[in-house]
Amino acid sequence: MLEIKNLHARIAESGTEIIRGLNLTVKAGEVAAIMGPNGSGKSTLSYILAGRDDYEVTEGDILYNGESILEMDPAERAAKGLFLAFQYPMEIPGVATMEFLKVAMNSQRKARGEEPLKVPDFIKRVKEAAGTLEMDFNMLKRPVNVGFSGGEKKRAEILQMKLLEPKLCVLDETDSGLDIDALKIVSDGVNALRSPDRAIIVITHYQRLLDHIVPDTVHVLYKGQVIKSGDKSLALELEENGYAGIIEEAA
Amino acid sequence: MNMRAEIQRTPAEAAIVDAFGERLSLLPGDGAVMVKRDDAIEQIKAGLPTRRVESWHYTDLRRLLASVPAFDASAEAKPIAALLEGSTLLSIVNGVSAATPSVDGVTFQRLGDKLVDGSYAPALVTYGSDDAVGALNTAFVADGYFVDIEAGTQLEKPIELQNVQAGGQSHVRLPVRVGAGAKATIVERQTGEGAGLASSVSQLLLGDDAEVLWLIVQDQPETATHLAQFKAELGKNAKLTLFVMNAGGKLVRQEVIVKAAGEGADFKLRGVNLLSGESHVDVTMVLDHTVPHTSSTEVVRNVVTGRAKGVFQGRINVHQIAQKTDARMACNTLLLSDDGEFSTKPELEIFADDVACGHGATVTEIDRNHLFYLMARGVDEKTARGLLVRAFLAEVIEELEDETVVEPLEELLSNWFATHG
Ligand SMILES: Nc1ncnc2c1ncn2[C@@H]1O[C@H](COP(=O)(O)OP(=O)(O)O)[C@@H](O)[C@H]1O
Ligand SMILES: [Mg+2]
Repeated sequence: MLEIKNLHARIAESGTEIIRGLNLTVKAGEVAAIMGPNGSGKSTLSYILAGRDDYEVTEGDILYNGESILEMDPAERAAKGLFLAFQYPMEIPGVATMEFLKVAMNSQRKARGEEPLKVPDFIKRVKEAAGTLEMDFNMLKRPVNVGFSGGEKKRAEILQMKLLEPKLCVLDETDSGLDIDALKIVSDGVNALRSPDRAIIVITHYQRLLDHIVPDTVHVLYKGQVIKSGDKSLALELEENGYAGIIEEAA
Repeated sequence: MNMRAEIQRTPAEAAIVDAFGERLSLLPGDGAVMVKRDDAIEQIKAGLPTRRVESWHYTDLRRLLASVPAFDASAEAKPIAALLEGSTLLSIVNGVSAATPSVDGVTFQRLGDKLVDGSYAPALVTYGSDDAVGALNTAFVADGYFVDIEAGTQLEKPIELQNVQAGGQSHVRLPVRVGAGAKATIVERQTGEGAGLASSVSQLLLGDDAEVLWLIVQDQPETATHLAQFKAELGKNAKLTLFVMNAGGKLVRQEVIVKAAGEGADFKLRGVNLLSGESHVDVTMVLDHTVPHTSSTEVVRNVVTGRAKGVFQGRINVHQIAQKTDARMACNTLLLSDDGEFSTKPELEIFADDVACGHGATVTEIDRNHLFYLMARGVDEKTARGLLVRAFLAEVIEELEDETVVEPLEELLSNWFATHG
């Protein structure tokens, strides 16, 4: 489903290279975990997947269902089923969350040639999804993420993911800022989306999240490259011994 | 004066002076009114203000007013539906008022009648040699409505004073007196079609404890010149919210001159300026806090597209005895094109020592991070930009809270974006 080949990318403004020859393949139905020390380029990779223009790809390619997405803008990628749950979701004053959800859902439907949702149907879907995530529906009348706590923002990201039903989900440190109860609720939300035609990439620092969302593959990202891949036991090994050994091994 | 009188008149100045000679016999008014008109035209003869006059620095009227259309008696304008549902509508069509309705607790008079009998003469005052709008209007004013709301009246229905013009010239006045403890919503609608020249002066007198929401909605065609003044004086504990929306016009000057003259008075100015094409839109406010314990806040939001130019000048004078004044002013602009421009000039003149006053101004572009976030959810770029621009403006409109007011204003916003976005 996703094939990243020898990807090199830099910060557009400064020209600093962050991703340095990264290779990664994720199949449909797979849950892949990406782990790595702070500053290794995990968030940068997620932004590049989503199409943020602060970064420039200088070499390599990203294929999604066999098709290069490098020339697509973020909206086109989203309409094709790509979703990024942000590490730091943005606050957008003045745009009511409900209005935002409606526009987002209907934009994607339109791009796929579907009819816009009827208002009652839309509200019903939002209420249901908010319910399973134990979110207060009234919160959604407020502007997008404005005044939300860290945990509420993360839940709101998962709410959007549930409503948009993407095919490739990238979760960037969704576990940070969540207490143990919230972690359980959010993980259940993600697990409910696991399906044979959907791939999920979970970016995290900690084994903790992977106890709830059990990955099929684990990849260690360091200095813009995947330096080691394995199964879920790799995450446990990292938890035990830290990154130092693997980094040395790769060097 | 003599020196200025000898300057070479611009075509617009010459046209105004000539028109005065031609119109004089048709203008209503007794001797006292006519004296005021003569003084006013003398002021115009001395030359329209240029950028060298401080209050006109960003709007060089002499240069920008390229031509003045002739009066056009045959122009056909039609009243439009009131902005707010259930309004009592009083229209002025091509500068001429109509028979007045009857509403409990309110007296309406046609202003032409008050000029003819001279009872309006004392109110025909300009505020100084740079008051070009007041002078032009005083010279030519022929009609309008006088509205007197009795003390204690709680008006359920809004009043809309609608000025519709189709080319030519019109010069109107809208004096409104609101008695002690009365409450009202007043819409001042400035609209029309064709390349007209309109001057309009509103004068609001707010009694003690009175409360008014006044909406100025200006959507003249992009060929029109609109020169307007809103003057208000607030009594004790009086509350005035003035909402100004400029969504049209080629050359627009909206002056707001307010005096918080009674203790406990509160003034709010909320402005939305939508600028497009080649327009030049200037909102200039002079606010005086003349007594202790008064408050004011001003929030102006501007969206600039095309090659438009905008101006906001906000001057707050806190008089020496006006201790405990609380005044806050903010002007935020969203610049959507490289060729657009917006100039902001806040001025605080504070002569009291125990006050809380502040101002801030920003000029920004659409936040790229916000845009990315919306697009990452599948919202196409045009729609995402539209959402963000509207959000920027909606904050000011939604502050009005009353849905019956907010919704029609947001609809005007949508209409503007549909044609200019
Ligand atoms: N837009 C940017 N501007 C400047 N530096 C950036 C930018 N994006 C990423 N970086 C830098 O790139 C490196 C990788 O960052 P990031 O992808 O956030 O790492 P991670 O998510 O793995 O902690 C860091 O050194 C970070 O400071
Ligand atoms: Mg990160």
